Amino acid sequence: MTKADMGRDLAATSGAPACSADSHQAAGAHAERLLNLYPATPAQVSPEEGMMLYRDMMLGRRFEDKCAEMYYRGKMFGFVHLYNGQEAVSTGVIKAMKPQYDWFCSTYRDHVHALSCGVPAREVMSELFGKETGCSKGRGGSMHLFSKEHHLLGGYAFIGEGIPVALGAAFTSRYKRDALGDSSSDSVTAAFFGDGTCNIGQFYECLNMASLWKLPIIFVVENNKWAIGMDHNRATSDPEIWRKATGFGMASEEVNGMDVLAVRAASQRAIERARAGEGPTLLECLTYRFRGHSLADPDELRAEAEKEFWAKLDPIKGLAAQLLEQKLATAEQLQAIEQEVDAEVADCVEFALAAPEPKPEELTRYIWAED
Amino acid sequence: MAETLLFNALREAIDEEMARDPYVCVMGEDVGQYGGSYKVTKDLYEKYGELRVLDTPIAENSFTGMAVGAAMTGLRPIVEGMNMGFLLLAFNQISNNMGMLRYTSGGNYTIPAVVRGPGGVGRQLGAEHSQRLEAYFHAVPGIKIVAVSTPTNAKGLMKAAIRDNNPVLFFEHVLLYNLSENIPEGDYICALDQAEIVLPGKDVTILTYSRMRHHCLKAVEQLTEAGVDVELIDLVSLKPFDMATISASIRKTHRVLIVEECMKTGGIGAELMALITENCFDELDVRPMRLSSQDIPTPYNGVLENLTIIQPSQIVAAAKALKAGQV
Ligand SMILES: Cc1ncc(C[n+]2csc(CCOP(=O)(O)OP(=O)(O)O)c2C)c(N)n1
Ligand SMILES: [Mg+2]
Repeated sequence: MTKADMGRDLAATSGAPACSADSHQAAGAHAERLLNLYPATPAQVSPEEGMMLYRDMMLGRRFEDKCAEMYYRGKMFGFVHLYNGQEAVSTGVIKAMKPQYDWFCSTYRDHVHALSCGVPAREVMSELFGKETGCSKGRGGSMHLFSKEHHLLGGYAFIGEGIPVALGAAFTSRYKRDALGDSSSDSVTAAFFGDGTCNIGQFYECLNMASLWKLPIIFVVENNKWAIGMDHNRATSDPEIWRKATGFGMASEEVNGMDVLAVRAASQRAIERARAGEGPTLLECLTYRFRGHSLADPDELRAEAEKEFWAKLDPIKGLAAQLLEQKLATAEQLQAIEQEVDAEVADCVEFALAAPEPKPEELTRYIWAED
Repeated sequence: MAETLLFNALREAIDEEMARDPYVCVMGEDVGQYGGSYKVTKDLYEKYGELRVLDTPIAENSFTGMAVGAAMTGLRPIVEGMNMGFLLLAFNQISNNMGMLRYTSGGNYTIPAVVRGPGGVGRQLGAEHSQRLEAYFHAVPGIKIVAVSTPTNAKGLMKAAIRDNNPVLFFEHVLLYNLSENIPEGDYICALDQAEIVLPGKDVTILTYSRMRHHCLKAVEQLTEAGVDVELIDLVSLKPFDMATISASIRKTHRVLIVEECMKTGGIGAELMALITENCFDELDVRPMRLSSQDIPTPYNGVLENLTIIQPSQIVAAAKALKAGQV
């Protein structure tokens, strides 16, 4: 599948970022790719949809900012990986899918995916505090958020291990349709993972199987250029990950991961293909994380020019501008959403702080299915 | 009762469970058209179709992980390791996902999956194809481990494993597939967590599993002649151990010998010995003994291979010594 085949030439883009030649050279190859992105049709949204997307991204951002605060105040422990900067990917993909019907699989950078799936902020924050009210009952922690109710297959802390699990959910969807004869079975699974993860075996093994069996799965690569301190361009033979799908006969797109409407449109195309039984898609979303790898990362390697380049593309500000420009929302409405989100985040912290710890006598519970 | 080969007993169990429950499916290398490298899934592909008996590419890590995802979303997959040793490549998915995920998810998900296949030391298969992964997987929380040894228990345990809502690692043995015996007709189940008292006796308890059960049976013939009355117990369940049956036997004989095919260091017997010491110390008249394979990669040469694993003569000598209190 070529770029042109994928409908990238259909219409004009929402506009490449304004940036001088000098500054983007300093910003590096990843920025260069974004600037050279072939124009793609953004999703058309109603005012309600536009504000829903805005709210979801804003919730992700404010939730993560609060996590940093709580971490430094000693309320949460361990490795905490924040999602700031990448919100357009979680929101763009997940909000194009059917809640509690389609399936979602994440990594250790999973808080915002969980929120987009509909896991209540109270349950996510409680989990980060290790409380019994957490979505994983305080047994999982930041890197292991699970919610069967919201079809979150989980946060997986080892690189690449969630990809086969997501493949399994997609297999079940096809199995129900073709082995059990349930023609209505058309759920799609989205597997999220990073650029660094595209160098591990499971990625290739699962691309092969997904394409071979035409499974309804979307491989969502969140290419934020860095795998902790490893520059993507130093880690892989061809930095254009979307091209790797071609070897597997799989549809793929290179997507502006800083533009939620671009991500949403690409997701919608992928979902349609998957539901129609036409198989998997690989979406390479070009994005950037605004913070260090984790809250323990001093973030010393990334160039200032690079950070500045991407900061200007803040996906939340980008969507706000588009909504206002297209008169899909007013400044007052957006402000009201922001206030609502702040209240929700404040509430979830209050709830999590007051929530009970797991009971010591239940230490060994949840090992076996019967308990 | 019908005379049945062990591989066929397994096949019958899988066939009957697939007929009974449409969510039961098989996945692995050459399980479909080829019928399984030891014919455990022979003809099931034709009967149930290519999705229920899924021929996978050679990608242990990923198809095992796929089984986890399938189990989390409602299926009951049986994963075949063409040889259990190949599942070293799937160690991560078995440990992190099958074993731990229910717990880390706070009970959100259950993983009703069976991972089965041939293990153990065969005849001159070389080191890599002669592994005993039951010992390597023993520490993983959240999985049950069983080892089958006869056509009868193979069928009953396979059915129990498929119906169990927890992940089960199911060890068969390369040299036991052609064992034949009369097995009960129709549907029957063997408990996954129960040891089997193969022979009752009063002098010495021998604890063993898988192929070593048959080495022990050979040894018992000589021991009986020599006047040593052995209580032979097949552990069957390697995790958890059936400590009730084991302790009851030791309370009777006060002497215990462990015979295993895995290596001594970090082996099944090591853990068992520790538990016996903790739980039955006061019951023991002599120190417990352990016969295990050498701590070496299994050599190809037939003579060396035989020296690597325990032989019946060693079991005879050890049991006699235990009875005489000369250990
Ligand atoms: C199997 C494994 N090896 C190493 C690690 C340590 N590790 C955690 S995150 C990470 C980088 C991953 O980068 P990427 O896939 O780009 O995702 P990002 O963190 O950028 O979201 C590494 C090496 C791990 N978690 N798992
Ligand atoms: Mg990365």
